Amino acid sequence: MTDVEAPATGSLLKIQGLTKYFGTFAACSGIDLAIQPGEIHALLGENGAGKSTLVKMLFGVLQPSEGRILWDGRPVSIGSPGEARQLGIGMVFQHFSLFEALTVAENIALSMDPKIPLAKIAEEAASLSKAYGLPLDPNAHVADLSVGERQRIEIVRALLQNPKLIILDEPTSVLTPQEADKLFETLFKLRSEGRSVLYISHRLEEVQRICDRATVLRHGKVTGACDPKGETPASLARMMVGSDVASVHREAAANLGDVLIDVVNLSVPARTPFAVTLREIGLQVRAGEVMAIAGVAGNGQGELFDALSGEYPVADAEAIRLRGKPVGRTGINGRRLLGAGFVPEERHGHAAVSDMSLSDNLLLSRSQSDRAAFLTGGFAAIIRHDVIRSAAKRICQVMDVRKSGEDPAAGSLSGGNLQKFIIGRELDRQPSVLVVNQPTWGVDAGAASRIRQSLIDLARAGSAVIVISQDLDEIFEVATNIAVISEGRLSKPYPAAELTLERIGLLMGGIHDSTGHAGSPTAPHAGGVHAH
Amino acid sequence: MRIELERRAGASGLFAIVSPLLALALTLIFGAIMFWMLGKNPGHALYSFFIEPLLEVWSLHELAIKAAPLILIAVGLAVCYRSNNWNIGAEGQFTIGAITGSILPILVPQWHSVLVLPLMLIMGAIGGAVFAAIPALLKTRFNTNEILVSLMLVYIAQLFLDWLVRGLWRDPKGFNFPQSISFSTEAVLPEILSSGRAHWGIVFALVAAVAIWFMMRFMLKGFEVSVLGRSERAGRFAGFSGRRMVWFSMMLSGALAGLAGISEVSGSIGHLQPSISPGYGFTAIIVAFLGRLNPLGIIASGFVLALTYLGGEAAQLSIGVSDKVTRVFQGLLLFFVLSCDTLILYRVRVIFGAGRAPAARS
Repeated sequence: MTDVEAPATGSLLKIQGLTKYFGTFAACSGIDLAIQPGEIHALLGENGAGKSTLVKMLFGVLQPSEGRILWDGRPVSIGSPGEARQLGIGMVFQHFSLFEALTVAENIALSMDPKIPLAKIAEEAASLSKAYGLPLDPNAHVADLSVGERQRIEIVRALLQNPKLIILDEPTSVLTPQEADKLFETLFKLRSEGRSVLYISHRLEEVQRICDRATVLRHGKVTGACDPKGETPASLARMMVGSDVASVHREAAANLGDVLIDVVNLSVPARTPFAVTLREIGLQVRAGEVMAIAGVAGNGQGELFDALSGEYPVADAEAIRLRGKPVGRTGINGRRLLGAGFVPEERHGHAAVSDMSLSDNLLLSRSQSDRAAFLTGGFAAIIRHDVIRSAAKRICQVMDVRKSGEDPAAGSLSGGNLQKFIIGRELDRQPSVLVVNQPTWGVDAGAASRIRQSLIDLARAGSAVIVISQDLDEIFEVATNIAVISEGRLSKPYPAAELTLERIGLLMGGIHDSTGHAGSPTAPHAGGVHAH
Repeated sequence: MRIELERRAGASGLFAIVSPLLALALTLIFGAIMFWMLGKNPGHALYSFFIEPLLEVWSLHELAIKAAPLILIAVGLAVCYRSNNWNIGAEGQFTIGAITGSILPILVPQWHSVLVLPLMLIMGAIGGAVFAAIPALLKTRFNTNEILVSLMLVYIAQLFLDWLVRGLWRDPKGFNFPQSISFSTEAVLPEILSSGRAHWGIVFALVAAVAIWFMMRFMLKGFEVSVLGRSERAGRFAGFSGRRMVWFSMMLSGALAGLAGISEVSGSIGHLQPSISPGYGFTAIIVAFLGRLNPLGIIASGFVLALTYLGGEAAQLSIGVSDKVTRVFQGLLLFFVLSCDTLILYRVRVIFGAGRAPAARS
């Protein structure tokens, strides 16, 4: 860990001792950071390390409790995002704030001076997007655009303010490798113009590739400042996590057993105007197999999960079979009773209720599958809180869930710890079928590796596992076979060992392989992927 | 200087208890200011409003009579609100319950049996439940807003009652007064004690409150209510049906409001007339929130709100102010309850100078 102290003079942005308390909890404490003009500066850290709090203070969303922010060498107080923009700070949030029913230009106009005519904004946006290699049609409706294109809107929107510093929060988490490459080119161009970029990420390879300097946060404190190119991913991870991250261990594919998940010709019409229609999906997963479903966000992953879990049963009972039984029209608890477990993408308000305790959240997914143990009193269905609490405790121990208090509210746990609990809640039942959507989305490296290992272990013990993910590193770590979803269609599965990043990127970009349902995973030969 | 609301790490247990008391105190302070502006002695006025009614046995009975429908309706509403279904039409369900419960004593007054009273109560509950099923049906089928539908149905119910007692069900020997025949003794809910008028309504209310409390606290059904109220998506993940919950919560609260309606008519009025409620169905909304949507809390808040009715009547006589004062008090109370509840999840911080607050060190 080398300490690269930037010279005080000439810094575009300098932060001294910045601290933010929420109650007595210090989300950020005594943070020092300096950003030079014309550099891409990485802000690395696990979830809950204080990255978001820090950038929210820089963008005027939160007010610091202590410390100073120096902009161009003079102290400033940033009271609102508007003041931040005036100073020359632009921000691209991880979650976009766009109206899907409006056009690109209209969305941009919403954040601009209302006196500027729409046509002028559209023109400027078009020329800017061309100049920075961010192709964008100002008259397109946002609903029709991919996530990558939506991100471009946010970037162009920030660039229109002519900022000196652009903050990007986890920008590549939703992009294909090709789209990410394009984004990097844009960032290099911004740097060559003397603009600075504060780049928030937990993807170490990326940070090493594009960032000039990095500041690492852990538990709200700076634990390292370094030149990422002089570090290894392992040394960066150590700074982030504080200990060596266990690498996921996967043995060569074991003998595969019976087909436990059999999806044949599954088509589901879109429920809402902005949902994706699933078309003729075919998928077979055998005992002992981890089938990963790759794809860029918003290509039908959520809809596929809904259909597989039975939260929204489908019209054709035969379209989905679990352990040989047709379950298309069976609800989620009926499928759970057959031995299936499900982990949705969104932790808060879907997989868990934030302001309910962990034990209540355990009952949430298992009230029927564990009825005999968790409920009593027959029809009255009286909850046996003591039994559930001890089961929750057991899960927390097995999955190493760190929490404050005996049975805290789910919302008080960090993302990684809550996700470990949610996965552990299903693993505790030893499900013969597990469907997981985005198992490690926004989860710190330590928790992610633990979760991935547990998925592999489950498959090795003879379960069929489906992992829907946008994180290609994760997919290559856990998958025996990989299929790619794009615009509601699923490619045929490919053995993980035979796919390259580039090829998967092409499949994710919408180059379909229409063979769909394949009897058993076969190696893709030269004809497997068609170019345009 | 500016004032900032800062989210607490968790709900404050202290303020969950203090908030209703704080709201009560603020209501009293602003009530005193109101009396002072009306030219009355605030101390004397508040005394005759809130203390005097508690000093005599007969008025304690009146307190129980008024608390009964408030508690019965409010515990039903609490289930509704906890499940995120906003039944505002309990007043209508109360009225329809009173009407359907009165079918037997009005249409077959010659039938004398011990069965009459239980049947009346059941029919009242069913009437209220069916009336509450209308907004449930419209919500689940057409995605209408249950707040508007249930509220509008209140006026339909009230006008229907008005039409009945002025027309079809008017007592032929009643000198053209708009009221039905008086119920026979079998159809009258008996008094509990010989010392006053309080009838079995208050017992129903207490039993219902304890039963609903048990359900919410210990039964899977109560868990389902809480989950669906907080997040319908999580409820769906648990295998609970949001649609069925609309039916369940609306009809449960409708049934309890209907039971309150027939208990009130049978126990304390003895016949149907155009006006059978001083707004119990609406006041119960305040009761529900003042009681923190907790059935046991609702028992306490039901008595508090019942006191505002009694106090209003007393104040009319003793200090000569309009009984609209009751409404003002109830409004103040609801306003302060809702605003004080903010303190449970947020703390207020006053920030001086340019964004640098005195930090709370741990």
